[in-house]
Amino acid sequence: MLKIDNIYKTFNRETVNEVKALQGVSLHIAKGSFTVVVGTNGSGKSTLLNAIAGSFYIDSGKIFHNGKNITKLPEHKRAKQIGMVFQNPFTGTAPDMSIAENISLASKRGKHRGFGWALKQKNLDEFKNKLKSLNMGLEERLNNPIGKLSGGQRQALTLLMSTWVKPQLLLLDEHTAALDPKTAIKIIKLTEEIIRKDKLTTLMVTHSMQQAVNMGNRIIMMHNGKIVFDFDENEKKHLKVSDLLSLFDEIRRKEQIDKSVAEMLERNYV
Amino acid sequence: MTLLIGSLTIGLILSLLALGVFISFRIFNFPDITADGSITLGAAVAASMIVAGFGPLLATVCSFIAGFIAGAVTGILHTKFKINSLLSGILVMTALYSVNLRVMGKSNIPLLSQKTVITSFESFSQYIFSSTDIINIAGWSVPAKDLSVLILTAIIIIIFAIILYLFLKTNLGTAMRATGNNAQMIRALGVNTQTMIILGLALSNGLIGLSGALFAQYQGFADVQMGIGMIVLGLASVIIGEALINEKTLGLLITGAIMGAVLFRLLVAIALRWGMNPNDLKLITAGFVFIALMLPMALKRFKRN
Repeated sequence: MLKIDNIYKTFNRETVNEVKALQGVSLHIAKGSFTVVVGTNGSGKSTLLNAIAGSFYIDSGKIFHNGKNITKLPEHKRAKQIGMVFQNPFTGTAPDMSIAENISLASKRGKHRGFGWALKQKNLDEFKNKLKSLNMGLEERLNNPIGKLSGGQRQALTLLMSTWVKPQLLLLDEHTAALDPKTAIKIIKLTEEIIRKDKLTTLMVTHSMQQAVNMGNRIIMMHNGKIVFDFDENEKKHLKVSDLLSLFDEIRRKEQIDKSVAEMLERNYV
Repeated sequence: MTLLIGSLTIGLILSLLALGVFISFRIFNFPDITADGSITLGAAVAASMIVAGFGPLLATVCSFIAGFIAGAVTGILHTKFKINSLLSGILVMTALYSVNLRVMGKSNIPLLSQKTVITSFESFSQYIFSSTDIINIAGWSVPAKDLSVLILTAIIIIIFAIILYLFLKTNLGTAMRATGNNAQMIRALGVNTQTMIILGLALSNGLIGLSGALFAQYQGFADVQMGIGMIVLGLASVIIGEALINEKTLGLLITGAIMGAVLFRLLVAIALRWGMNPNDLKLITAGFVFIALMLPMALKRFKRN
């Protein structure tokens, strides 16, 4: 389905702010799978998702989708097959436009946008029906600007919008990180429901080990722009939150040793 | 009274400029200075074509197309060549100064004895007011011709406003509005935001070119200097319009921009009548826009203390 072949990405190259975000990531995502990506801060999880979505072009390596090389395909063209929900609830919706208009924008994802009316009565009825499934009362507020909604409502709506036209790949970028715990649980439930119902191939980045353990059928752990662990469905079944945390500790400890060794060498030989 | 009708007509003509500025500044959040050049371009194209013997209607349509192209160039500079938005506008505006001189062949083209869109409006008065030359409105005598021009201009502006409103409600139009509102989101929904910006600026400057064409025909000449400061005037109209409406829905914002342009023109006429030096007009307009932009922030700070 999606094949990532040894991709590299460095931001702010040759400046003091240089970040080597991806350093040779290779990954194969099977159709219908639900992969959870965890990792330390700055490990390149979000960068990986954005590289797949096409927010920027990678420095080297290749990305294939259904056997087609999409490495050089611009973001808006990949959007035809890829749905994405961002961490920031403000990113996924247009605040000054109404709920109905936002949905109508989403319902045309990857399709031709011409001179037809964005809001037709027939569509509005469909919008209302689907909004009812969120149980947030949004179906009564179709003409309200999105900016008036809470973060949780906006994120639920973004989720609904990004899957309105069924995407071949759904990318979730820490989409509950900016929400309060209660709302986060609601959004997670909704996420699972939508993924199950539409049988969506999903790649989800999360900082919550609980989510990582509970959701999906594969866990990938990233560190310093590389994939350091990859647990398949069977391995994942036996994985507990504590296991993941100890893996993180291990990574950190290794790093500390590396640093202290470096310091020691410096002290002795420089 | 003639003064009032004159200012209303000019205000309406310049409301096309206000609509153009509304598209670039408010919908796309793009400070597009091309306006100063494209309004003159519209005037230059219309005037030279009329003098060359083309029909005034065709000349006016061509001025829209000319403005459209100018706006598209600004959009291309910004999106394809990654030039800062302000600078793209400045580059095109500066280049247009030479283009306008080329189009006109000299710095001023008089249209006084020519048949223009406005003179056809004037002659239309015989259908509206039969053969009366002077109309009496609440004790004021008004030349029927002037009134006829005002009415027809108003009708045309209303038609344009409705077309613009309806366009912004189409799938393409909503995608354009979303581009200005949240570009990242609409890219993720499969819209090429670069194309939207190019198209939006083209549309904006097309309207501004049209405004210039009508303005030149109304005042009876096109001048290469006439565009100076027009962007600020358009912005002032949009800001006044936003102050006039209480709810920021699309329809009201468009109506507001038109009302703002007319009101601004009336205020200018009154100020000139009171003896304001016309040379100070642009200084005062700029000062007004400054205050309007600064006021919300100052009020907030004032409330906090």
